[in-house]
Amino acid sequence: MILRANNIEFYYDSKQKFKIPDINLDTGEQMLILGKSGSGKTTILNIIAGLLKPRSGKVEIGQTDIYALKGSQFDKFRGKNIGIIFQKPHILVPLTVEENLQLANFFVEENTHLIEPLLKELGIWDKRKAKINTLSEGEAQRVSIARALVNKPKLILADEPTASLDDENAASVVRLLQEQARKYGAALIIVTHDQRVKDHISNQIIIGGQL
Amino acid sequence: MNMIKLSWKYLIAKPLSTGLNILLLALGLAIITVLILIQDQFENKMTKDAEGIDLVVGAKGSPLQLILSSVYHIDFPTGNIDLKDAMALSKNRLVKNIIPLGLGDNYQGYRIVGTNHDYLALYSATFSQGIAWEKPFEVVLGHEVAEKIGLKTGDTFIGSHGIGSSSHEHDAHPYVITGILAPMGNVLDKLILTSIESVWYTHDEEHDHATHEAPVAKKGFPVTDQDREVTALLIQYRNPIAAVQLPRFINSKSALQAASPSFEISRLFELLGIGVKLIQGLAIVIIIIAGLGIFIALFNSLKERKYDLAVMRTLGASSWQLFLHIVLEGVILTILGAVVGIAIGHLFLVILVMQNDQGAISTLSAAVFLKEELWILGYAVIVGILASLIPAWNAYQTDIAKQLTKA
Ligand SMILES: Nc1ncnc2c1ncn2[C@@H]1O[C@H](COP(=O)(O)OP(=O)(O)OP(=O)(O)O)[C@@H](O)[C@H]1O
Ligand SMILES: [Mg+2]
Repeated sequence: MILRANNIEFYYDSKQKFKIPDINLDTGEQMLILGKSGSGKTTILNIIAGLLKPRSGKVEIGQTDIYALKGSQFDKFRGKNIGIIFQKPHILVPLTVEENLQLANFFVEENTHLIEPLLKELGIWDKRKAKINTLSEGEAQRVSIARALVNKPKLILADEPTASLDDENAASVVRLLQEQARKYGAALIIVTHDQRVKDHISNQIIIGGQL
Repeated sequence: MNMIKLSWKYLIAKPLSTGLNILLLALGLAIITVLILIQDQFENKMTKDAEGIDLVVGAKGSPLQLILSSVYHIDFPTGNIDLKDAMALSKNRLVKNIIPLGLGDNYQGYRIVGTNHDYLALYSATFSQGIAWEKPFEVVLGHEVAEKIGLKTGDTFIGSHGIGSSSHEHDAHPYVITGILAPMGNVLDKLILTSIESVWYTHDEEHDHATHEAPVAKKGFPVTDQDREVTALLIQYRNPIAAVQLPRFINSKSALQAASPSFEISRLFELLGIGVKLIQGLAIVIIIIAGLGIFIALFNSLKERKYDLAVMRTLGASSWQLFLHIVLEGVILTILGAVVGIAIGHLFLVILVMQNDQGAISTLSAAVFLKEELWILGYAVIVGILASLIPAWNAYQTDIAKQLTKA
């Protein structure tokens, strides 16, 4: 098992607790978390990603109980083992495409030599010196996928990666995510309410009731 | 990629704000640099020029004027004194050595100073060409004078009356150059030196050829039976008691005035000090405003950057790295400001010196670097750290999940 998130409890307001199912994934396994807007998808993703401490329960990645990690150790672990793709591609604008990826390598103090192959596979190698604000939305989302993968994470988390894309781009982004996750042996969780994604991954859980 | 490069990228992403902040800080630091450079060099030069001169005696008037005119050759003399009074003074047992000066003429703005060979010895002058004067109307040029007017030994010129350029020329006697001094780095560089006798004879109506060929006095006073005058006397004390007794003794004699160079210089610096303090205050205000500017720029940019900071955290950056990231931005800004400021300061001095090729300012050099300038760099770094501390602390506390869920 690469991910074990069992008996997680979380609430912002104790009167409104989230019902969070147990999530367990094997290496290379893929999963879709579906739910209405406001059902707590992002919240669950943040908890798994080590960004939001649950009120109770454990999140284990590999053999590590992540919320037991302290300070910069936790940050390095997160940077190394978890790749996150956000709904909007949050790429650092002052840096070029290539530098965004180099920065990810720098923060975990490891050169994975994946920048070139990743950018090539995602079809944005020509854009490596480009300014971020000249990229199309699809290109930008591919950059954020490349950046999430560049540290060779064990787990890839994507929060509504297709929400702002057209049908064609949406399909290609999901396909790329699946391909890359498989290629680097990472587990993949996609959180979405986008019906277009449903057919791509059969392993699905639904939170917050029926869609 | 590294922390410095990362901060640098964020700085150049906002060239206008970054440039303005650097310029403002540089302006404040440039003013301080100029002040430090001028103050240091003036003090050095003035102390050096007055070395070995314990007391200056001249006509009554402002003591500061007496010192400025007869030690530094920048102000007008207070008047002349009787040779008899001067010679009487030289017999005083408290006086070890006395060097007479006769001022009043110039050539192209360079002052002609009548004196004896002790004046050369006082500054341990060495020659790059020729020898010292032996007869009336023989002169020795300071290094800079020779360079600027382009004369060499054997050449002649005619002096003008008065100590600034202009005024009428003496038609009678040309001066003959017998020697040129090596560069001394002191007041001699800008002087034309000759004997007391030369100064006397140029002003005489009739010319007596016998005396014009007689050798001049190389020490002490020229021997004469006429009523003659000198402008000032440079005196060395025989012993420490002289410092107490001699000035009082001289000042009580009605015709003469005694002034101590060290006392007058420190008084002058005190007066200048007030002006310097004012300018310094202005510079510090500018630096504080620059610091505030940097603070505001960082603080404002932080609002837009919270997202970027959160993203960096998801990529593996620690809170301390975010803190460092912001502090580095402030420090890079201020180091650049300091370097630009020091450069502007030196450039300003170069221009200042270029525009004044005579007088006190022309002796300054812009090619001097002082260790105080390293202090400027140090202060600038402190300003950078102080200005970025609060924004950096904000960055340190970035709540990742909250930032990322915000639309
Ligand atoms: N920091 C917070 N403090 C208080 N309440 C919050 C906070 N973040 C989210 N919530 C609330 O928790 C609920 C779940 O939010 P979450 O962002 O997880 O929804 P979501 O399923 O991702 O929705 P969407 O599909 O619109 O992104 C919402 O009702 C939201 O208002
Ligand atoms: Mg969401």
